[in-house]
Amino acid sequence: MEPVLDNLDLYWSGFLRSLGIIGWSLLGSMVLGTVLAAFRVSPVASLRAFGTAWVTLVRNCPLTIVLFFMAFGLPEVGVNASFYVFGVTGLVIYTSAFVCEALRSGINAVDRGQAEAARAIGLTFGQTMTQVVLPQAFRSAVPPLGSVQIAMFKNSAVVGAFGVGADLFSVGKTLTSAQGYAYIPVLTGVAIGYLVITLTAGVLLGLLERKVAIAR
Amino acid sequence: MARTGRVWIVSGGMTTHRTAAEGGGSGEPLVVLDHVDKWYGDLHVLQDIELTVHRGEVVVVIGPSGSGKSTLCRAINRLEPIDQGTITLDGEPLPAEGKELAALRAEVGMVFQSFNLFAHKTILENVMLGPVKVRGIKKDAAEKRARELLDRVGVGHQAAKYPAQLSGGQQQRVAIARALAMEPKVMLFDEPTSALDPEMISEVLDVMVDLAERGMTMVVVTHEMGFARTAGDRVVFMADGAIVEEATPEQFFTNPQSDRAKDFLGKILQH
Ligand SMILES: Nc1ncnc2c1ncn2[C@@H]1O[C@H](COP(=O)(O)OP(=O)(O)OP(=O)(O)O)[C@@H](O)[C@H]1O
Ligand SMILES: [Mg+2]
Repeated sequence: MEPVLDNLDLYWSGFLRSLGIIGWSLLGSMVLGTVLAAFRVSPVASLRAFGTAWVTLVRNCPLTIVLFFMAFGLPEVGVNASFYVFGVTGLVIYTSAFVCEALRSGINAVDRGQAEAARAIGLTFGQTMTQVVLPQAFRSAVPPLGSVQIAMFKNSAVVGAFGVGADLFSVGKTLTSAQGYAYIPVLTGVAIGYLVITLTAGVLLGLLERKVAIAR
Repeated sequence: MARTGRVWIVSGGMTTHRTAAEGGGSGEPLVVLDHVDKWYGDLHVLQDIELTVHRGEVVVVIGPSGSGKSTLCRAINRLEPIDQGTITLDGEPLPAEGKELAALRAEVGMVFQSFNLFAHKTILENVMLGPVKVRGIKKDAAEKRARELLDRVGVGHQAAKYPAQLSGGQQQRVAIARALAMEPKVMLFDEPTSALDPEMISEVLDVMVDLAERGMTMVVVTHEMGFARTAGDRVVFMADGAIVEEATPEQFFTNPQSDRAKDFLGKILQH
């Protein structure tokens, strides 16, 4: 494990960088996925169609292709940003489709009468969603949303491979190809870094699930 | 009840207007359904419905299962769109969609068979949500009013609980308070006691009778004859999507005119 111990500071900054990618992607994909889920159940046909098209396209496209489009396609049409921004945006777009579907199953699990009662007291569609339907949908969607997000944590390594740089995955790449360390110890260190993130997330998720279960 | 109003007796396509000895309302039309038709695919669920509910009147809607009673209620606050005809509330036609429709629904209280209290909110929050979000009333004022209403329907001490912690009868009374908090012009009740255990039915009906006595305009789908007789000004009998008969509760229950109504009453009176 010498290569890991020698480069602990590098690993640590890579770990933080990965956490950053994950944090932004988590936030972005939850917001975008929620908006898309609201589109998919909205009374406006064009919004529903947009949501469906988005989910179908994005979910059936490999993440690498989405990232290629971001990192190499967008600059071709004049959109310029750092690889970091492109990478995170790509991951947000990709993950949003899965968040949308997990949430939609949660929305469908909310009794129809809840939305009807909300509309009957005069809440608009938006208020019905934010005040009544989504809070309940999130509760029943906690387990599927959790697995979607843990999958996203792992996908953040793919974003790293796209040259975001300095994240946990790139640290592994630098140490092996540029500095000639052996693969097995270096990658073990990288894997441990990801495991710390995903296993911690798993524990937090378990706590959240229990809390939500008590609250109802 | 010292109210005056008119009763429409519809039979065989002929409509006769007459003044009821014991009728409700100030005579001023509040909810008017004019030639309303609705289809679910091939099923003609509302057939040329003509119905006027006057201010202060209590109209009881009765009819066999599937006759369109719920659909009628839901059409009045446009939870279900209609295909033909017009519905007006206080002279205003129902708006199609969006903000205006939401505003209209705030004027029409609705109480459902299955209560539909917001499961993730406390009793107090259930009653406050509409006033705060729709009417823009300040939280403390809304809370004060909500507590008054909860006291009035007898569940004031349950304010901090969640709906699942209450009995069905208590939940339904909260649902009535929630609707009243919007200060609606008219209240719709769709079989409010059908999902309740027998011992809880009267606690809900008492609240409804009290409401009727305070002059609330009500459309009540129910098979509770006791309620219809004490609080109802008029009975509307529906079958197969059409209004078949209208009469005072007394006339309807003692001397129904149509065969459908006779048949139906025969069945519900058997048990
Ligand atoms: N969303 C729907 N799609 C298709 N058909 C429907 C729908 N809702 C109701 N119906 C049908 O319309 C008819 C009228 O239904 P409605 O619920 O208004 O009857 P009801 O008089 O309230 O009956 P009940 O006493 O059983 O509540 C029924 O035949 C029902 O099956
Ligand atoms: Mg019904």
